[in-house]
Amino acid sequence: MKRRIFVKTMAASVALAAMSMSSFSALAAETIKVGILHSLSGTMAISETALKETALMTIAEINAKGGVMGKMLEPVVVDPASNWPLFAEKARQLLTQDKVAVVFGCWTSVSRKSVNPVFKELNGLLFYPVQYEGEELEKNVFYTGAAPNQQAIPAVEYLMSKDGGSAKRWVLLGTDYVYPRTTNKILRAFLKSKGVAEADIMEEYTPFGHSDYQTIIAKIKKFAGEGKKTAVVSTINGDSNVPFYKELGNAGLKATDVPVVAFSVGEEELRGVDTKPLVGHLAAWNYFQSIKNPENDAFIKMYRDWAKKQKLPKADTVVTNDPMEATYIGIHMWKQAVEKAKSTDVNKVIAAMGGQTFKAPSGFTIKMDEKNHHLHRAVFIGEVKGDGQFNVVWKTKGPVKAQPWSPFIAGNDKKKDEPEGK
Amino acid sequence: MKTHYIALLIVLATLLAAPAQAALDAKAVAQLAAEDSDERIAAIWTLAEGGQPAEAMSVLQALADGSLKDAKGEDITINNRIRGELAAALASLRLFDADRGVRLAAARELQAGADARLVGVLEKAIAKEADAEIRRLLALSHAQASLQSDDPQRRLAAVQALASSDSPNTKSLLLGVLAKNGDAWAEPDAEVRRAAAAALKGVESRLGTAENIGRVFSGLSLGSILLLAALGLAITYGVMGVINMAHGEFLMIGAYATFAVQGLFRSYAPDFLDAYVLAAIPVAFIITALVGMVLERMVIRHLYGRPLETLLATWGISLMLIQAARTLFGSQNVEVANPSWMSGGVEVFAGAMLPWNRIAIVAFSVGVLALMWAILNLTRLGLFVRAVTQNRPMAGCVGVPTGRVDTLAFGIGAGIAGLGGVALSQIGNVGPDMGQGYIVDSFMVVVLGGVGQLAGAVWAALGLGVFTKFLEGWTGAVIAKIVVLVFIIVFIQKRPQGLFALKGRVVD
Repeated sequence: MKRRIFVKTMAASVALAAMSMSSFSALAAETIKVGILHSLSGTMAISETALKETALMTIAEINAKGGVMGKMLEPVVVDPASNWPLFAEKARQLLTQDKVAVVFGCWTSVSRKSVNPVFKELNGLLFYPVQYEGEELEKNVFYTGAAPNQQAIPAVEYLMSKDGGSAKRWVLLGTDYVYPRTTNKILRAFLKSKGVAEADIMEEYTPFGHSDYQTIIAKIKKFAGEGKKTAVVSTINGDSNVPFYKELGNAGLKATDVPVVAFSVGEEELRGVDTKPLVGHLAAWNYFQSIKNPENDAFIKMYRDWAKKQKLPKADTVVTNDPMEATYIGIHMWKQAVEKAKSTDVNKVIAAMGGQTFKAPSGFTIKMDEKNHHLHRAVFIGEVKGDGQFNVVWKTKGPVKAQPWSPFIAGNDKKKDEPEGK
Repeated sequence: MKTHYIALLIVLATLLAAPAQAALDAKAVAQLAAEDSDERIAAIWTLAEGGQPAEAMSVLQALADGSLKDAKGEDITINNRIRGELAAALASLRLFDADRGVRLAAARELQAGADARLVGVLEKAIAKEADAEIRRLLALSHAQASLQSDDPQRRLAAVQALASSDSPNTKSLLLGVLAKNGDAWAEPDAEVRRAAAAALKGVESRLGTAENIGRVFSGLSLGSILLLAALGLAITYGVMGVINMAHGEFLMIGAYATFAVQGLFRSYAPDFLDAYVLAAIPVAFIITALVGMVLERMVIRHLYGRPLETLLATWGISLMLIQAARTLFGSQNVEVANPSWMSGGVEVFAGAMLPWNRIAIVAFSVGVLALMWAILNLTRLGLFVRAVTQNRPMAGCVGVPTGRVDTLAFGIGAGIAGLGGVALSQIGNVGPDMGQGYIVDSFMVVVLGGVGQLAGAVWAALGLGVFTKFLEGWTGAVIAKIVVLVFIIVFIQKRPQGLFALKGRVVD
C-alpha cells in the first residue's frame, strides 16, 4: 500500500515537473515585444539616446521581477536618426513586422506628429515621454511629459514674480518647428493676458542644428538694454543648445541680468557644457536629479549601475532627467494597465490606463488622468549650478492636472478633454 | 523690566553663535536661511552694513558659493534675486579692500546696477579712493544710485554724470527717467528730463557703434569659418576640378582628431591641457591629409575627367566615413571643450564683447590662408601643382610627375579641411554627420568666388559671412539662410564664372 502510494506520488510529481517544465519553456518562448523609437544619431541623439537606455533599463528591471503577466518583455530598438519621415517608417515597421504591443518613443513634436497617423491607422499604442505644446489628444497616445500648463506657464509666472526677477520684457527663442511655435503662441497670449505689450515681446527662431548664435545673443543684449527687466524663454531643441549656452557664457550675459529659462534643457544636455558661466539660468521640469527622496535615490542608482554594466560612454558621470523619469513612469504604468486588463490588447490597455498611479522619483504619487491621457504632475523650477545640476527654487504644492487644450488659444474652450473615438 | 529681557536675549544669541561669526548679528545670520526672499535680502544688507566687513564677507561669500549650511545641516540655496543682491553687497564690502585689483573688480561689478541703498557707501568709497579709474567707475555707480534721490539737483547731477557712461544698463535707467506713468512723467523736474534726453542721445550713439562693431565682427567670424571650411575645397575642386562630396567628412575627421588629441592630453598630460588645441593642429592636418591621399590613390585617380562618377563615388565615400566615425566614436556628439584661454571674451568697446574663441578662429584662418598661399606660390610642389592644373600634358612633357603631384595636392586640400575641422570643433558640435552641414556652404563659397581662384574664395567667404550676419540681424536666422541661397542662385545665373574668373587660355 505504502509502496503504491509512493509510486503514485512519484508519477504525479514527475508529471507535474514535466508539465511545469513544458509550461516554462512555453513561457520562455512567448514574450511581449516592446518597441523603442528614439533617435540614436543626428541632432536629437544628444537627448534621445539616454531615453533608449532608460527604457532598456526599465524593461530589464521588470523582467528581473518576473515580467508582465509572467511573460518576459523583449525590447525592439530602432534608430529613426532625427529624420522625421523615417520615424513614421520605423513606427510602421515596429507595428506591422515586429508586432510590438506598445511603443515608447519620440522626443520632438514633429516626430510625434509624423508617427501619429501610423498609430491611428494600425491601432498601435505610443507612450510619449517629453513635455510638449499640447493642442493634441490622440486615442492611441499617452503623454507622460508636461503640457504647457505644467511647465511653460508656471515658468513664466515665476519669472514675473518678485523672486524670479519681476521680468517685464520677454524674448521667446526657439528652434523652428511645431513645438516652439505653438508654445510661443500660447505664451504670447498668456503674456498679453497679463498686460505685457506687443513691443515688449521678441520672437526668434533658428533652424535645427543651428550653431552660430552670435547675432541672436547680440539682439538679446540690445533688447534687454531698452529699459525694464528682460527674461529669455528658450525652446531650443537638440544639440544647438551647446553652442547657444557656450556663446551666452562667452558673451558675459549673466543670469542676474537676463535669466534664460529653458524647456528642453536638462541635466543630460548640460553634460557637454561648462556650466560655471551659466549659474542661475533656469529650467522648468517635472523632475530634477537633485530632488531628494528614496525613490529618486533608487532611480539614480539603478541608472548609474545600468550605465556601468552597459559600458556607456562616460558611464561614471551619467545623469538622470525629466524625460527619462517620464519614460520610466510610462513603462511601469503600461505594465500595471496590462496586468489590470489581463491583456496586451491595445483597446483594453487604453481603457485600463486611466486612473493608474505610480510612486515616481519626483517624490509624488503620479496619476494618469481618467480621461485625458496625460499625467497629473508637480512642476519644479531649477537654477543651473556649477556642476551641471539644478537647485530647485520653486515648486507647486502638489500634482497639477494637464490642460492639453490651452485656454490661451481661441476656440479651445469648446474642445473635449478626452480623445475622439474613445 | 521687559527691555532687559530683550537685551539679555540678544546677548545670549550672540554668545550662542559660532565663534567665527561671533561679532556678527546672530539674528541676521540665522535669517539668511529664511523661507522668504525679502527677509533674506534684509539680512544680507544688515550684515553688509553691520560694521564687520571681514566676517560679513566670509559669511556672504559662503552663501554665494552655496557652501553655507542651515541649522539642520542642509545647504542653503539661493535664487537669482538673492544672487544679485549678494553680488552687490559683496562688491560694496570689497570697495574698501587694500588691493587695487579687488576694488576695481568690485567697482565694475556695481556698474551692472546700483540702487539708492548704496549712495552712502559709494560716497564713502569715493572719498577714500585714490585711483582715477576706480573713482570714475564709482562716480557712475553713484550717479545711478542717486537717480532716485528726492533732491532734483542731485538727480540732475546724476543724469549729467551718466551721459559719459557706456554701460548698456545706463540706457535703461535713462529711459526710466523719461518714461510716463499714465499722464504724469516719472521725473517731475523738466530740466532733469531735458538733461536725460541729451544724455540718452550720447549713450545711444555709443551703443549703436558697439552694436555695429559686434555685427561686423560676427560677420568676419562667420566668414572666417566659411573660409576654413571652403579653403580645402578651393584646392580639390577649385584647382584640381574634383567634385569632392566627402569634403565635409574631412572637416569631421579633423574635428575628431582634435577630440582624440584632447583625450590623450587629459590622460597623459593634464597639466598642459590648455595647449591641446595647438598640438591638435599638426595632428589633424597629417591625419586628414593621409586619408585624402589614400582616397585619391584608390578611388578618385581612376575617375579624373568623369565628374558625375566622381560625385557619386565621393558621396558614397562620405557615407562610409560617417559610418566609420559612428562605429569608432559612437553616434552621439562628443565633447570638445574650449581651452581656458579661449573661454570668455574681451570688451574692445563699451558693450561690444568679442569672444576669445572667435578671435582665435579669425586669426587661425588668416594663418591657414597664409600657409596655403606660401605652399602654392613659394614651394616647388606649389609650382608643380599650378603647372599640372594649367596644362597637364605639357607639365608631363617637361618631367613633372603629374600623378604624384595630384596625390599630394589632394592631400594638401584634405589636410587644410582637417585644419578647418580643428576650428569648427571649438565653436560647434562634433558628431559623425557634422560635415553634412558644411558641404553646401563650402561649395557655395567656392562657386561664388570663382572656380580655380583662392582670392575669390576669400572674398566670397568674408562677403557671405558679413552679408548673412547683417541679414540675420534684420530678418532672423531662418529667412537669412533662404535669402542667401536665393541670392547665390540668381548670382550664378547672371555670372556663372563666379566673382573672379580666370582669364585667357587657362580656362578650358
